[in-house]
Amino acid sequence: MGRYQFSGYRRENGRVGIRNHVVILPLDDLSNAAAEAVANNIKGTLALPHAYGRLQFGEDLELFFRTLIGTGSNPNVAACVVIGIEPGWTGRIVDGIAKTGKPVEGFAIEGNGDISTIAAASRKAKEFLQWATEKQREVCAIEELFVSTKCGESDTTSGLGSCPTVGNLIDKLDPLGVTSCFGETSELTGAEAACASRAATKEVSDRFLQVFRAYQEVIDRHKTSDLSESQPTKGNIIGGLTTIEEKAFGNLQKIGKKTKYIDVLKPAEAPGKRPGLYYMDTPSAAAECITLQAAAGFVVHLFPTGQGNVIGNPIEPVIKLTANPKTARTMSEHIDLDVSGLLRREMKLDEAGDRLIDVMLRTCNGRLTCAEALGHREFVLTKLYQSA
Amino acid sequence: MPTHFIVHDKADTVGVVVTEDVQPGKDLTGWIMETDETVVLRSLDTVPLGHKIALGKIKAGDAIIKYGNDVGRAVADIGEGHHVHVHNLKTKRW
Repeated sequence: MGRYQFSGYRRENGRVGIRNHVVILPLDDLSNAAAEAVANNIKGTLALPHAYGRLQFGEDLELFFRTLIGTGSNPNVAACVVIGIEPGWTGRIVDGIAKTGKPVEGFAIEGNGDISTIAAASRKAKEFLQWATEKQREVCAIEELFVSTKCGESDTTSGLGSCPTVGNLIDKLDPLGVTSCFGETSELTGAEAACASRAATKEVSDRFLQVFRAYQEVIDRHKTSDLSESQPTKGNIIGGLTTIEEKAFGNLQKIGKKTKYIDVLKPAEAPGKRPGLYYMDTPSAAAECITLQAAAGFVVHLFPTGQGNVIGNPIEPVIKLTANPKTARTMSEHIDLDVSGLLRREMKLDEAGDRLIDVMLRTCNGRLTCAEALGHREFVLTKLYQSA
Repeated sequence: MPTHFIVHDKADTVGVVVTEDVQPGKDLTGWIMETDETVVLRSLDTVPLGHKIALGKIKAGDAIIKYGNDVGRAVADIGEGHHVHVHNLKTKRW
């Protein structure tokens, strides 16, 4: 066992989680009420209400299933109860999650009504919860960790301090066999050539550029302006970021100075190759991006912020760091690591990276993040186009 | 001596203000990260924390360089020590 290790929950498929959630997962918007009722009945379970799941089709439907099945399959989830309006698609989610070997059971509302469904699902949720809460953590090697990153409400301090701190961590842990992931396709605009040059092979670089151009086509098709106040956001602009190109170069600091990404993932697609850094095609909206990364099996998230995005995720702990001294002072309850010393030249980047590794490992060992303590559970599905 | 602004690359034409006290007429100390050099500059505007300041004269139409890369075009002439933001810098994309 090397210098870095953590205590996690080993799941049936061998993957390691850092949380031990029993999730009550609604298939569709109609089943949110029942899922929330079950989570209210059985204390310690977690409902994940969302807005979709009806009349989706094609690639959008495939993404929907990949996201829900991936969420239930995440190693931070010990067991899962699925509730849907009808048994067919409910069963598809259950079967997908069951491939991990973890306990999962589905309940359908049609022909039963909410009350009977809630009763039956609550009994199963209680059984799962009592089973899950007897699980013990075990010491795991750092190469069993899956780490994702995405930044939000960025400002110029993100590119100066907090994003390079994540990059320093990636450069240190990638050679040790950590699996990591970055995304935010639109937010690489202007820095796409620099990003393409960080691919491990020409083939991966070409695939990144293909994905990048496809996203640009979506923006070009729908835009009514230069996207100022959307990308960069109003908050980015208040913080001093002016153009998407400037924001993109700051964003790219998160992958460090030397680490190469070894594959391009579809949204919510689990990494299939060896350990290493992966690029995922995602929106740049924080909740959507992290929801997709969690659905791909990443268990801990590193989130640099400038102006103070307060995002969390229900199943993947989100660690926030900032280099903005004003944000660290005025929003301290949201900040897990203050690296504003980098801007005062009181701290070196190497030290900031080590401190982030320390905070990350403590989080993996069970310490709750600010977002967890404050109850931030943003679970937002990405929808590609209109429903049928 | 505090560092008032930070410059990513030697080639950059703007620096980022990292203190909350940059007012017109203030003499500023800057740090170029790439080369670890110290530079000085007089501010001619109030520039908030995180906002950019011109390191030299920039003409309308010039590329603004940050991270050693083109991050947009100046849409007005910008004098040394002035605030660079949405009023005088625009994206070349979208």
